[in-house]
Amino acid sequence: MKRVYVHEEWCLGCHLCEYNCAFANSGIADMVKALKNKKITPRIHVEEGGKIHYAVSCRHCEDPLCIKGCISGALTKDDEGVVTIDHNKCVGCLSCMLLCPYGCITTDENETVLKCELCMKNSCGAPACVQGCPNRAIVYEEVQE
Amino acid sequence: MAINFILPEFEVERNDYRCIRCRVCERQCANHVHSYDPDGDVMLSDETKCVDCQRCVCLCPTHALKIKKNDAALRTNANWKQNTILEIYKQANTGGVLLSSMGNPEPFPVYWDKILINASQVTNPSIDPLREPMETRVFLGKKPHDIERDENGNIKTELPPQIELELPIMFSAMSYGSISYNAHKSLATAAEALGICYNTGEGGLHEDFYQYGKNTIVQVASGRFGVYKDYLEAGAAVEIKMGQGAKPGIGGHLPGAKVGEDISKTRMIPEGSDAISPAPHHDIYSIEDLRQLVFSLKEATEYKKPVIVKVAAVHNIAAIASGIARSGADIIAIDGFRGGTGAAPTRIRDNVGIPIELALAAVDKRLRDEGIRQNVSLVVGGSVRSASDIVKAIALGADACYIATSALLALGCHLCRTCQSGKCNWGIATQDPELVKRLNPETGKERLVNLLTAWKHEIKEMMGLMGINSIEALRGNRLMLRGVGLNEKELEILGISHAGE
Repeated sequence: MKRVYVHEEWCLGCHLCEYNCAFANSGIADMVKALKNKKITPRIHVEEGGKIHYAVSCRHCEDPLCIKGCISGALTKDDEGVVTIDHNKCVGCLSCMLLCPYGCITTDENETVLKCELCMKNSCGAPACVQGCPNRAIVYEEVQE
Repeated sequence: MAINFILPEFEVERNDYRCIRCRVCERQCANHVHSYDPDGDVMLSDETKCVDCQRCVCLCPTHALKIKKNDAALRTNANWKQNTILEIYKQANTGGVLLSSMGNPEPFPVYWDKILINASQVTNPSIDPLREPMETRVFLGKKPHDIERDENGNIKTELPPQIELELPIMFSAMSYGSISYNAHKSLATAAEALGICYNTGEGGLHEDFYQYGKNTIVQVASGRFGVYKDYLEAGAAVEIKMGQGAKPGIGGHLPGAKVGEDISKTRMIPEGSDAISPAPHHDIYSIEDLRQLVFSLKEATEYKKPVIVKVAAVHNIAAIASGIARSGADIIAIDGFRGGTGAAPTRIRDNVGIPIELALAAVDKRLRDEGIRQNVSLVVGGSVRSASDIVKAIALGADACYIATSALLALGCHLCRTCQSGKCNWGIATQDPELVKRLNPETGKERLVNLLTAWKHEIKEMMGLMGINSIEALRGNRLMLRGVGLNEKELEILGISHAGE
């Protein structure tokens, strides 16, 4: 399965991925309108410490702990292997947030869970973080293990 | 703090409606121009630090930024221009020599722009390069005076070593030190993909790049940094750097701060020590001495590599080139006064040397007149900006062109001309690891390959419209050129007629 990978070597810590993610998932056509004066809730986060930065988003694990812990059946894996969230089913218990070993699950003011769905459900069609990365630090590819 | 008198050169214009406070500009500016004040939720700018590199402009996701020339102005004076006055203030502030980078920006004539190319009409057919073969491959090196054959008609003459290039373009010398590891890697990998050569510059060859040896020209300059047997043997040719167009007659200085572990190892000098290249080669005070170094290098490489001698275009360039052609060198590289640099004294960059177009025409003519043109190939650089500049250079007599500023532009350089600060926001002219990583060599390689692929198409188109199907047939073909707005003397030196003649 194609996944989003991050090369720490090339990540500049510019945080553009976070803004591109928030914009892609806003459903609004203009970035200024979508993000101006708003606290963004991106599904990708740049982790930083000193001179090291790298963006982290859902790994779409083979055997996802978040799905195992989901009490309402909101989190499922689709045929492609993408872990998706059904906002109508999510009760906001945040068990998945506690279980995710990568800290890739977040929540917004609606109190349901947000996570990377590889931009398959929004109008972007391909991961916005990858498209907008200025240094090809974030890539979307199939890696043979 | 005393008044420093300096007006900020640029102005940051932020469209506050568009600004979403993502702070990318702040994170990406190595000069710390932008900052965020959470109290008022505003972005601030300190314009005194801005160098107009355009990094923030390019990365701003909502296109909220513009860097403009500051219109705060001193009283207009045709003699004392604002810049002249500001330079006086700077020197009065610091007591130092003014430093600049990249090529001469002053409004001297650009002869390329005053030369026009011919095209076939009616009496001779033009060639469509998409349908007919078009040769852009060139060989650089000494060519035999005549060809001898044995009784069976086989060629007996041995061809001296040559550099083979898929197109008549090479990346000119930029040392590891003046530019970053990733910039070097981009150049090396692009040269390999394009079948051309890049040049190590005077800073030695990083151990990771020996694998690109057949696409590498290794340079021996007055500082002799990183020169040893394996280095000389690694390249496709060895270049002796006598001078550089941006700063003829002076040496170089890589500040100790840039000499980190890797550069120290590559240059073979202690970490943190200044790398100073003397103005002259201390073993070359005459053409005879040059000949000794040429042959020392040929001995060291078993006569398998052509030797290039690179000089800056200066007043007596034709006589100098004639001497070099007799010194045993296989290739002469001439660097015009508009050539770039990672740092040079401003006065020298802006006032020393001559235009490459005139130097090239004068040298080619002199070598022909003396019957020694075949002894050497001619490579010219010093602001070759486009495919048409290359076509004009070849028609004036060059065998190939060196490009560097255009290559750096392809890598993201915005010609802010502050390489000497070491804070290149594009990851090119810097050794700061946080900045170096901004140039992903994969992207760099692709952009360089794209640029030269585009130029190759354009060169072929232009040759085709002249009815010429190989670089060989274009070389020195000055009938294909006409001057516009040039005086008799300029036309005489360029060896071309005026348009309409």
